[in-house]
Amino acid sequence: MADPILSIRDVSVTFDVRPQGAWPWTPSLKLHAVSKLSVDLMPGETLGLVGESGSGKSTLARAVIGTIPQSGGQILYEGRDLAQMTPQETRRHRRDVQMVFQDPLAALNPRMTVGDIIAEPLITHEPRTPRQEVKSRVAEIMDKVGLLPNLINRYPHEFSGGQCQRIGIARALILKPKLLVCDEPVSALDVSVQAQVVNLLRELQAEMGLSMIFIAHDLSVVKHISDRIMVMYLGCPMEVGPARAVTATPRHPYTQALIASVPIPDPVREAARYRPVLEGDLPSPLSPPSGCVFRTRCPKAQPSCAQARPAMEAADPDRLVACPFQEVEEVLAEA
Amino acid sequence: MKLAQPDAKMLQEVGDLAEVRGRSLWADARARFFRNKAALAGLAVLIGVCLFAAFGGLIAQYERDFVDFSLMGANAYQGSPSIATGHYFGVDIDGRDLYARTVQGTRISLLVGIVGALVAVVVGTLYGATAGYIGGRVDNIMMRTVDVLMSIPFMFVLILMLVIFGRSILMLFIGIGLISWLDMARIARGQTLTLKNKEFVEAAVATGVTPLTIILRHVVPNLLGIVIVYATLLVPQMIIFESFISYLGLGVQEPNTSLGALMSLGTKQMNNGTLWMLFYPLFFFLITLFAFFFVGDGLRDALDPKDR
Ligand SMILES: Nc1ncnc2c1ncn2[C@@H]1O[C@H](COP(=O)(O)OP(=O)(O)O)[C@@H](O)[C@H]1O
Ligand code: SF4
Ligand SMILES: [Mg+2]
Repeated sequence: MADPILSIRDVSVTFDVRPQGAWPWTPSLKLHAVSKLSVDLMPGETLGLVGESGSGKSTLARAVIGTIPQSGGQILYEGRDLAQMTPQETRRHRRDVQMVFQDPLAALNPRMTVGDIIAEPLITHEPRTPRQEVKSRVAEIMDKVGLLPNLINRYPHEFSGGQCQRIGIARALILKPKLLVCDEPVSALDVSVQAQVVNLLRELQAEMGLSMIFIAHDLSVVKHISDRIMVMYLGCPMEVGPARAVTATPRHPYTQALIASVPIPDPVREAARYRPVLEGDLPSPLSPPSGCVFRTRCPKAQPSCAQARPAMEAADPDRLVACPFQEVEEVLAEA
Repeated sequence: MKLAQPDAKMLQEVGDLAEVRGRSLWADARARFFRNKAALAGLAVLIGVCLFAAFGGLIAQYERDFVDFSLMGANAYQGSPSIATGHYFGVDIDGRDLYARTVQGTRISLLVGIVGALVAVVVGTLYGATAGYIGGRVDNIMMRTVDVLMSIPFMFVLILMLVIFGRSILMLFIGIGLISWLDMARIARGQTLTLKNKEFVEAAVATGVTPLTIILRHVVPNLLGIVIVYATLLVPQMIIFESFISYLGLGVQEPNTSLGALMSLGTKQMNNGTLWMLFYPLFFFLITLFAFFFVGDGLRDALDPKDR
């Protein structure tokens, strides 16, 4: 088996939060955005990352692209620890790993032309590229993501959300990266445009042999594009496994609840299926529940769930589930 | 209609081939500004005042430091404004041509205002943007320094400096340069803090753009709108500041003059019936201030279209 391109090992990310109106000398609170999360990504593979908003997906993505430091564990890119890279290795990492953002318009500098925005990574990493070549490469990548190259001198506010996201994708791909991190790339878009952008990403991935981390807050978007899916809750991994298996036979109560929250068009099957409902809100990441973080909302919670955080147990081959009381339920009839 | 379709398609294709020029936010703002009548009037007045300050000297009949001894002290009845004598704005108490002196006074007042605003824009913006972008302890130190400087009563210090080191335009410029950037630094820092969390800045960080380039390419251009508005409103403030100092008799030194110094002389002679000595400098002072305020307001509406 090949070496993973990205290896996330026991990674935690915490933020210091100042309590409101506190004295300057009171210690900051620790917000656990990601806690002890491990996952590997193989070259050419797509990992879907799913979880409610606030479960730490973006934070994990930021740690992977290296814009925020992790507070524990290791992130290995091509076997090298991000925290211990030499400046040269950091440059390569910045070049090879690119990100597509959630809010397509906010991710583009309103004062720059589309051409300049897309060219920025190229100019940063290959500053000696002649102007003419920069222009032709920008045109080439614009064509690839489905933008007319003659729009090169336009400004972001003149485009629709879907087009802005294409601009963001073009910027991410102009350097031919190896790993693309897409943080909810379609959540802000019209439903009609979502499929176009997902398909575009899928085509580009196949064509360029990209590895991809694809983040979404519901499973329906992720399952079509991912090889494997990881379900997160309050910064902790709940279930990891092949996309088909996770969506067809979810084992973790949280995954089951997530899938059950998507209605099935067929009323008979809709009525017949097991439907655990998620009640209440996400607990505060400032003081996550002891033991299993999901226990405050879990329909199957037992007293023992408060004791220790359940380990990720291998259920099937390739499949890890963080719940000792896991069982397969017929929750998803829609394939 | 059917027949026209291939034509329309071809037209479309031709259109697609040509590169389309985009409408930048600046172009939008310009269009909004030019729709604002009050701002346009202000701009016209401002251009007029600038032309007066720059070229008004060409039609002056007398040098600004030429003293007509025959008119000295007799200006109240022999030196009133008149086209015939060539003293368009009359003569002051020392027998000097007020027109030539008003031209120079306007020039110096404008210069003080503009230099003050320029220092504020360059130093204040870069300082504030750097503090805000780097953040943390550096930000703390840099902004506390600004706080400390702001708490100094500058008017007092400047007056002391002018008394100790002698009155000169240079001293005045140094004094005004020292204070003008403080507010700007605060404004720029506040804006940078919000910009810093924008995703386009994060995208630049993630691709490895250096911090200096990010400040210059992504932060400063997005600050510029607010900076320009603030700068146009700062110019009249600086002019008032200078006038106040000059009014106290501490600013520009004779034979040079400024609007403030001229007004100061004018008020002293108010009881002598030479009201033109006050009227002309005051007129230019007021229209300059109003013009700047109107232009500043227009720019604010044009560059910050959020409220509409
Ligand atoms: N820069 C930050 N400072 C403090 N807290 C943060 C910061 N970024 C994210 N968080 C917190 O971390 C948690 C996870 O956020 P995020 O990763 O954005 O979740 P998701 O992308 O899954 O919606 C949230 O509770 C959020 O408030
Ligand atoms: S460990 Fe307990 S609380 Fe957590 S998901 Fe399993 S049953 Fe629910
Ligand atoms: Mg997010």
